[in-house]
Order: sequence, then C-alpha cells, then structure tokens
Amino acid sequence: MRNIILFIQRYFTFICFLILQIICIVLLSRSSKSHDSFFSSAANEVTGRVNQQYSGVRQYFSLRETNRLLFEENARLKNELKNNYIDTSNTRIQVTDSTVKDSTGKWRKYTFLPARVIGNTVTLQNNFLTIERGTLQGVHKGMAVASSQGIVGVVVEAGANISRIMSLLHRNSKVSAMLKKDAVAGSLEWDGADPEFLTLRNIPKSSVIKKGDTVLTSFYSANFPSQLMVGTVAEIRSDSESNFFSLKVKTAVNFFNIQYVYLIENARYSEQITLESPSTVK
Amino acid sequence: MHPIIKHSIRFIFFILLQVFVLNTIPPLHQFIVPYLYFLFILWLPVSISRIGLLLVAFLFGLTLDYFTGTLGLHAAPCVAIAFLRPFLLKLLLAQETAEAGYMEPGHKSMGWAPFITYAVLLTIVHHSYLVLIEWLQFGNFLYFMGKVLGTSAISLLLILIAELLIPRREKQRAA
Repeated sequence: MRNIILFIQRYFTFICFLILQIICIVLLSRSSKSHDSFFSSAANEVTGRVNQQYSGVRQYFSLRETNRLLFEENARLKNELKNNYIDTSNTRIQVTDSTVKDSTGKWRKYTFLPARVIGNTVTLQNNFLTIERGTLQGVHKGMAVASSQGIVGVVVEAGANISRIMSLLHRNSKVSAMLKKDAVAGSLEWDGADPEFLTLRNIPKSSVIKKGDTVLTSFYSANFPSQLMVGTVAEIRSDSESNFFSLKVKTAVNFFNIQYVYLIENARYSEQITLESPSTVK
Repeated sequence: MHPIIKHSIRFIFFILLQVFVLNTIPPLHQFIVPYLYFLFILWLPVSISRIGLLLVAFLFGLTLDYFTGTLGLHAAPCVAIAFLRPFLLKLLLAQETAEAGYMEPGHKSMGWAPFITYAVLLTIVHHSYLVLIEWLQFGNFLYFMGKVLGTSAISLLLILIAELLIPRREKQRAA
C-alpha cells in the first residue's frame, strides 16, 4: 500500500498527463462519432455568442457581394413567378401559399428556412458552420442546408437558438449526388485536401463524362431535395482497379464567404429514415 | 501588470487570433495551416508548477476546440507539449537561470539559439501529434509528413515574427 502511494507521489505529473490525454482522446472519439456529446451544445451557446459578435463586424466587409448574390437570386426567382406565365384560358387563378396542403391537391414536402451564418471554418479536416437559428425556430437534426449558390451541408447539432452544420468539407460528410445529364448517382465526399474541390465516387465507367458537367443532388437523398446545384466536374480520374470513376467536383458554393443559408426541412424525412435504417429490418 | 491578468489576456488574445484570423485565412496549399495559438504555452513562465501547466494547457486547448467543434483535437497536443516543456527547459537553461524561475522563455531571457531549439522541438512535437490524430483514420504517410513539415515551417515563421514584434518586458528582479 505504501509503495503504491509512493509510486503515485513520484509519478504524479505523468499520471496527470496520462489522465488528461485519455480525456482528450475520449472526447475526440465521442465528438466525431455522434455530434451530441454531453456539454457541447451548452458550450455552443457560449462560443456561438462570440461568433455572432464577430460576424456582425465582418459582415460589413462583404455586403456588396451578398447584395449581388441576393439580387441574382431575386431575379431568378422572379422569373419563376406564376404571373410571368400566361394561361391560355384565365379560368383559374393560382395562388402560392405555404399551407401544408395546397388547393390544387399537392402536398408540401420541403420547407425552406433562412438563417444567418455566424461561424465557419474551411481549413480543418472536419469543418463546421454555426448558424443563428435553433430548435425554437424550427431547426432539427438532419435538415439539409443550401445557400443560394448550391448545397452546403447537414445540421448535426441543434441548440435552442444556435445550430451547428456539418459542412460538405468534413471527412464524414456523405451526400448522394448525380450527374445532371444522365442522372447516374454516386456518393459525394471530401478528401480533406482542398476546400474548393469535392470527390464524387461510384460513378460507373459506362457513363460518358466531360469536364464541366453539372453535378446535382440525386433523387435518393432523404434530406436534400433533388436537383439542387452541387458543382461542376473539374477532373476525371478512373481507378484502374475498379469499375468506377472518381470525379473531382468544383463546388458551386464558395465556402470562404458564406453568409446566409437556407435550411431545408423535408416533411417526410423521419419516415424515410426510419424505413431505410437497418435497425428496423427484423 | 499582475502575471495572472497578463496571461489571461494572452489566453484570450491567442484564442481569438487563431479562431478569427488564422483559421479564416484561405489556405495557401493543402499542407499549410497557420497555427500560432500554442505559443501561449511556450510563453508561460518557467516557475509555473508542472500540474498547473498541464491543466492550463488542457483548458487552453479545449477552449480552442469549442470554437472549431472538434473536442479534444487541439487539447491533446497542447497537453503533450506542456508535459515535455519542463524537461526541455531543464536541458536548455543554464543552471543559475533555471533556479531564478520568474522569467518566461523567450529570446531575451534564453538567448536565440536555445530559444529556437526549444520552439522547433515543441512545434514539431505539437504538429506531429495534431496531424497524427487528425489523419489516423486515413493513413497516407506522405501527406502526413508533408503536412507536419509545411505547417511547422509556417508556425516557426509566425513564432519568430511574434517574438520580434511583441515586446515582452523581462523584469530582471533580484532573486
């Protein structure tokens, strides 16, 4: 017994060092697997507030660019307004409303919620964005996130007023994407190298691809609506040992200056996920 | 200024600098990420107790982790260099200066050559450990080496600039 106490006294610093290291590794493995570790959402509210102050200052520097993007998007949306199209007979008036069931008998599947980005990293291996909108404003885990230029990521943690998004620039990020011209779907990942390029894997060698082809989100994703912009093919690499291409995709979004994003809620998300998850198969 | 206040200000300064300036710089190359935050640990006074040093380093790393969303990623290398620091200082400092433990490691108090050795060794340990746990699951050795060397070179450059730029008064009190 005495020897144990002596041993602990002698190597006290080393034991402290080991304990702290173990705490770090445990925290790291827990936070990278499931993003809802015990106190991280509480801390998010704190660091989120600092981020909020800072982004308030930073925003002034890119107001011009934000304005331009909003202007372009407005113009695009105005072109799609119902009253730009003329019906051959004017027997009915179409009204856009946001109720769940619209009067023409269609169900609303996706709802878009705007949010301001207050924190963003691009230089790490696992990048996150922080946004100023939380569960009180209708955010929940698994919602898709897109900006006006293209898709951005997925909500992984939702606090009361602030949520965290796993950016496409994250080693664990996986999104189902397809080529626009033949709708062949593959999986979109990031290799951690360059924040302007993603990798689209599992495109069979039978499909004909050219540089500059458009990549959109596929029809199979549970959280992303189909045919949202992802990017363009920048380089075609064919693995000699497999039957698939792996494409380098230039992101449509500029991850360095994201300021506003849309959260996309799929009304049938949980239904699709519970059916698709392997645990329900018995 | 009281040392605790001074180091608290430095703590906040280095965290904000890393999170809002260095982490938002568009990367020059995939190997290069500018890291400077751990200079806080290098600059802590020599007289700090070893347990205290470990705890401060852990807290410091964890604070940065809360901002980047990767709990434990920066805390682990910070604790590692905090653990190695006293051994290295004991080797590098002459006996009489080591006993007068009020000073902070720096080029003025240690001289250029020992300080650079100290900074180079701890920087390389820090980056190897950081990149190792970042890349453990992916295992591309060439990338690992390139990233450690590239990032270390940039960090050392930043440390040298900070050494020359930020005046730190070394009070030569009578012991």
